[in-house]
Amino acid sequence: MEKIARKNDIILIVVILAAAAVLYIGFNVFQRANTKEPVAVVTAGESVYGRFPLDEDVTEKVELPDGSYNVLVIKDGRADITEASCPDGICVNHRAISRQRETIVCLPNKVVVEIENGEESGVDSMTS
Amino acid sequence: MKTRKIAYLGLLIALAFIFSYVESLIPVHSGIPGAKLGLANLVIIVALYTLNDGDAFLLSMIRIVLTGFTFGSMAAMLYSLAGGIMSLLVMVAAKRTKRLTLTGVSVLGGIFHNVGQILMAILVLDTPSLVYYLPALLLAGSLSGVAIGVLGAAVTKRIRKIVIW
Repeated sequence: MEKIARKNDIILIVVILAAAAVLYIGFNVFQRANTKEPVAVVTAGESVYGRFPLDEDVTEKVELPDGSYNVLVIKDGRADITEASCPDGICVNHRAISRQRETIVCLPNKVVVEIENGEESGVDSMTS
Repeated sequence: MKTRKIAYLGLLIALAFIFSYVESLIPVHSGIPGAKLGLANLVIIVALYTLNDGDAFLLSMIRIVLTGFTFGSMAAMLYSLAGGIMSLLVMVAAKRTKRLTLTGVSVLGGIFHNVGQILMAILVLDTPSLVYYLPALLLAGSLSGVAIGVLGAAVTKRIRKIVIW
């Protein structure tokens, strides 16, 4: 009891601080691994046509059995339909999407593009 | 001799009680919510080293119940109990190994107080992600443990000079 701290105390404190640091880094890595990349999920009719990560620029022509098509372009982290065979072109006029649960729908072709794991939109659910 | 001991224990209870109150008045801006110096723990550790383990436990429990009913809420008392019991069990075990000085025991007490509280919070709130908060509390517990340990060693040395059972 003469001294305030002995060697064992120092070791204990160092071990605890090291454990705290390891846990901190471990939790951070774990959280990063669990955060999924945002993807654009393309559904044609009943089935999922494909999943396209928003961080890769890609141009995909979604072709359907009856010959109709939609051209999906992923650029700058946003998904957009730039060209389509449908008569009204609503999907083409729709702005590019990137936020959680945003969708572009092409009713004539039964094609839906939906964002999964996207960033939440800043607008709350009442106004959006 | 018995009377002296009762008086001494009563004194420590009063001191721990008032320390808890004083601490609730001081806003802490450490950046870590829930982190505090743990002045009451100073009294507990002094009791642990000048009285026996059972008395220290009694002191800790009475302190928590008194503080809980007077200044806190039932929920806060629940967390305090979990932290207090866990902290004391670990401190008693650490003291008995005789490998650590008062400072080391105090550091363990400090961090296990936090560990106990966070475990109770995880149980009560059913939120396992509170574990992410553990590293910050380990750090805070070690810092306050060192501070309390240094203070406690100084106090214990002086009390031992004047109090003889």
